[in-house]
Amino acid sequence: MLNFDLSKSPFMHCKELSLVNFKNYQEANLGFSEKFNCFAGNNGAGKTNVLDAIYYLSFCKSFANPVDSQNIRFEEDFFVVQGKYQVNGQEDDLYCGLKRNQRKVFKRNKKEYDRLSDHIGVYPLVLLSPGDTQLILGGSEDRRKFIDGVISQYNKEYLQRLLTYNRALQQRNALLKVFAEKRRFDEASLEIWDEQLIQNGVYILKERKLFFRDFLPVFNNYYATLSGENETVTIEYQAAAGEDNYREKLLEARERDRIAQYTTMGIHKDDLLFMINGNPVKKFGSQGQQKSFIIALKLAQFAFTKKVKGFTPILLFDDVFDKLDAERVQHLMQLVSKEDFGQVFVSDTHASRIEKLFKSIGAECKIFIVDQGSIAKTKTINAQ
Amino acid sequence: METFSSRLLQAAVEEFSRLPGIGKKTALRLVLHLLRQEKEDVIRFSEAISRLRQEVIYCTQCHNISDQALCEICRSPRRDNTVICVVEDIRDVIAIENTGQFHGLYHVLGGIISPMDGIGPNDLAIDSLQQRVEKNKETIQEVILALSTTMEGDTTNFYLFKKLKPYHVGISVIARGIAIGDDLEYADEVTLGRSIINRTPYQNSLTK
Ligand SMILES: [Zn+2]
Repeated sequence: MLNFDLSKSPFMHCKELSLVNFKNYQEANLGFSEKFNCFAGNNGAGKTNVLDAIYYLSFCKSFANPVDSQNIRFEEDFFVVQGKYQVNGQEDDLYCGLKRNQRKVFKRNKKEYDRLSDHIGVYPLVLLSPGDTQLILGGSEDRRKFIDGVISQYNKEYLQRLLTYNRALQQRNALLKVFAEKRRFDEASLEIWDEQLIQNGVYILKERKLFFRDFLPVFNNYYATLSGENETVTIEYQAAAGEDNYREKLLEARERDRIAQYTTMGIHKDDLLFMINGNPVKKFGSQGQQKSFIIALKLAQFAFTKKVKGFTPILLFDDVFDKLDAERVQHLMQLVSKEDFGQVFVSDTHASRIEKLFKSIGAECKIFIVDQGSIAKTKTINAQ
Repeated sequence: METFSSRLLQAAVEEFSRLPGIGKKTALRLVLHLLRQEKEDVIRFSEAISRLRQEVIYCTQCHNISDQALCEICRSPRRDNTVICVVEDIRDVIAIENTGQFHGLYHVLGGIISPMDGIGPNDLAIDSLQQRVEKNKETIQEVILALSTTMEGDTTNFYLFKKLKPYHVGISVIARGIAIGDDLEYADEVTLGRSIINRTPYQNSLTK
């Protein structure tokens, strides 16, 4: 069992960030607090864009717009995002540049990466954004993506097996289509793909179950802290087959697959069932309970990532206060102000709300007032 | 589209620019270069290409490029006919020959199984491999699978293994010194040579 002692741990933080032609910023140079950094401004002013730039430096892509070239400022030819990071006493320079119609260039300490995937996970980050409600309201794919993302961060073999599984699945589905078109079913051609699905599927299933054994207690703990109430929450992993009968189940589904022309059984269909007091959160949870559920999931992800990396990831809270009651916001910020959490970036529409909040918590906070793609003013609240 | 003073010039440039990796500018440079050469040289050049396409045949045994029904490798008395190395295409034969480490015979499949690309077992020279092993089971001792180390390569290996198992020949795979996803064509000669020498018996495990 992984040990989740969250006492003071080494720290990673972004010290400086500079933007050129990134989204609505022509040029900006920002110096950050080690703890809280808040961006306040109206919708469209550009507060989320700063968070997105930080996200870029961790994941080599935007969380808001997947088309890289659309993140270049209107009528410009390129963008550059640069950051200075401090990790375990060492200082690293990260650079991400994109010219129109050219490939994205990503450098760490002036050295370009051969593959962007080598960078992902090195500067871990956990994002909370309004889109996270999909975890509860969306399809099973959203939930699988969440756990696959967390496990992949500490288990490279898992990621490799998942990619292999998905590729074999595409091949098998293509074959089932060919069978339907040609009205001919050739078992020998199908069996070889079944073997890929079984070998990798069973591994993935085992790892997901192991993951939940460790993840659940951490999640429960955060939920209790956030809600302050006595609700029982749990997550059930719903699997179509077990490790021991995976082969039989896939064989049993063969006739169904033939008719449907795709693979109907496997870990690509598994789901997570979120429960509160014995009922599904999706149907029976209040808005507040659903929010707490999502935030607890993300904080548990934070704890997992921190455990694996040995230092605190960066936390981004994009525009999440609006939909959350004041009490939950207070609980959440109090929680992440503790020293087992690291650097936090927040975007919000109300500067006064932010100021009041951090004064009452007594945490160090730098507030940036954002207006039309530039920083109009900064203000620092000192820790008490 | 550029206009040329001569239709002949334009036709030649267009043909060249249909080659992979050749743009209009390079095509024009090549054509002008040919115009500066002796007539006989250019005729020899064009004859080589046209004869290649018209006269080339594929070896009836291993499907390698050949001038006769049996290719030079299959005909050679110096080759070891107890070992067959199964590869995807002709470029792999050339790559392995360049290592100088393999003295057996080949079997060119013509690709790997990939339903997404419309390639099934029947589109590849798998039946002919099976027949070849069946017919020569007294002499053939080992079949080496040297397909690319992709998921599709692994899956094709598994299919071949199942087809060849009844003949009780040794089946081996080349050592995975090459990174996942690399094609044989891109592996350097030393690495490739080593991976053939260090081949291991095939085991029914697809992923490792
Ligand atoms: Zn031959």
